[in-house]
Amino acid sequence: MARRSTTPPPPASGEDLTIRPATLADVAGVIALDAEVTGLRKAAYWQDMFERFGTRRRDQRFFLVAGEPQRIDGFIIGEVRAWEFGSPPSGWIFAVQVRPRLRVRGLGARLFAAVCARFRAADVERVRTMVARDNTVVHAFFRSQGMMAGPFIELEMRLD
Amino acid sequence: MKLQKATAFALYAVLELAAEPGRQRTAVEIAEKYGISAHHLAKVLRDLGRAGLVDAVRGVGGGYRFAGNAKRLTLMDVISLFEETSAEAEEPMSPGEGQDIAAGLRFLLAELDAQIGATLRSISLSTMLKLIARRPWEGVAEIKPTRRTQTARRAR
Repeated sequence: MARRSTTPPPPASGEDLTIRPATLADVAGVIALDAEVTGLRKAAYWQDMFERFGTRRRDQRFFLVAGEPQRIDGFIIGEVRAWEFGSPPSGWIFAVQVRPRLRVRGLGARLFAAVCARFRAADVERVRTMVARDNTVVHAFFRSQGMMAGPFIELEMRLD
Repeated sequence: MKLQKATAFALYAVLELAAEPGRQRTAVEIAEKYGISAHHLAKVLRDLGRAGLVDAVRGVGGGYRFAGNAKRLTLMDVISLFEETSAEAEEPMSPGEGQDIAAGLRFLLAELDAQIGATLRSISLSTMLKLIARRPWEGVAEIKPTRRTQTARRAR
């Protein structure tokens, strides 16, 4: 007898997915989605991210997911940061992911809009992010949402 | 980054046509709007047609209409039809070649080129049209007119 799957069927598009704050039950789904996209399973990292951004200072830190705990189809994480090199409080997005099959159907835009709404409610006027230069998919996504180069320049050096 | 004339004309034309995908426009119509050579633009439009970005509609009331996917096609896709954009492109020997200072400057300029390339690859025609609709340049004090636009203004 075939075992019945407990995983909900995939949605046809992202339109019917509810966007909500992540709970502990969602972390496994976030780990699975990230592993599917990146090919790396980073369980400890995502558990730590949930602990830091899903449970503390929840008026300034936002860990939002789309989907059911058994199947997370997208997530976005951001926080309000203030006074780094004199910058007034601004929203920072540092993780966004959408199941590849559901991309270019508006789910990423809804996640982006949801976190921006929370930033506005936290009284910040700007949202920032950082993307790898060769990550055209994510770069194009943020551009399509209206993001542009800002007044800060990212710099780095090798620590030999 | 300075675009060749043909590249700028191609971007004007593709964005004009992509803004109203169902509408046909003639080379003369677009050229008049931008104050550019209709003859040169017609040649650019033929190149865009060969690349499958625009369709030529012949006969009375003919012209060109957009034939690409504005959400997928990036500014770099259009630019690379008219200019050598790959980082590995052979560059002619420049004065100072082989000297550390020249190599250092070249390295720094390559960093800027990589930034420009990443930006152009990340902006689809659809994103560009949305940006244009927002008119973000209005009220931005930092954007100073370039020498070229200053000259153009003086010439008017």
